[in-house]
Amino acid sequence: MTVIADPKAPRAPRPGPGRRVTRTNLESAGWVFMRVSGVVLVVLVLGHLLTNLVTNGGVNAIDFAFVAGKWSSPVWQVWALLLLWLAMIHGANGLRTIINDYAEKTVTRLWLKSLVAVAFTLVVVLGTLVIFTFDPCPVDSSGALMTGVPSFCTAP
Amino acid sequence: MWSWVLHRITGFLIFFFLLVHILDTALVRVSPEAYDAVIGTYHTPIMGLGEAGLVAAILFHAFNGLRIVLVDFWSKGPRYQKLMLWIAVGLALVLLAGFLPFHLMNVFGGN
Repeated sequence: MTVIADPKAPRAPRPGPGRRVTRTNLESAGWVFMRVSGVVLVVLVLGHLLTNLVTNGGVNAIDFAFVAGKWSSPVWQVWALLLLWLAMIHGANGLRTIINDYAEKTVTRLWLKSLVAVAFTLVVVLGTLVIFTFDPCPVDSSGALMTGVPSFCTAP
Repeated sequence: MWSWVLHRITGFLIFFFLLVHILDTALVRVSPEAYDAVIGTYHTPIMGLGEAGLVAAILFHAFNGLRIVLVDFWSKGPRYQKLMLWIAVGLALVLLAGFLPFHLMNVFGGN
């Protein structure tokens, strides 16, 4: 039998060996989420690239002081947090779709999707903690400002 | 069809960069020196070429994604899907052409 490759992404996988027919509300909510988050991400990502790679001296100008300066504004903190969550959910769900389409064995799909779930959880938790606990003017054990902090930091 | 394949390939690549990018950014919580040491590798010519490829992948994924949204939600979307593909590719190429000279001079021009 010749199998012709066809676009399967937006539809539920066809029932085959070991495949469930997923036509649940969750699956269709995921479909809508990809489109809504995608539109928001276009704005968030292009704004991120514009400020970090173009308007402030390009990639070479990025260092701790640059990040600290940016994250001293609540707008960019919220921007980073939204980017983190939306991009990670959008990306992890996209990867889930790819795994469902190309991994033939149920066990393989389960393993790969577990791996995505673990990576997703670790990275999102870590990223969220970093944004909420970030200190633009960190001090070392002797209480002095660390080197590399932005110029607006004053000695404690 | 090829736009559908390319959307998956670019999405896949962007996701793995995203994982690395969040981990390297998390170093701001370790120390300014740790972050500056790792982000310094992003300023090298080889990484600079990678960043150019990343931006190209993101631009295609972004504009082709907007095209997918229009095909799915705009009543005339399916009729104009082919035209919208060339508009999406065109927009991505124009923005890339604007970005590349600046970026490549930045990473290849010493500092």
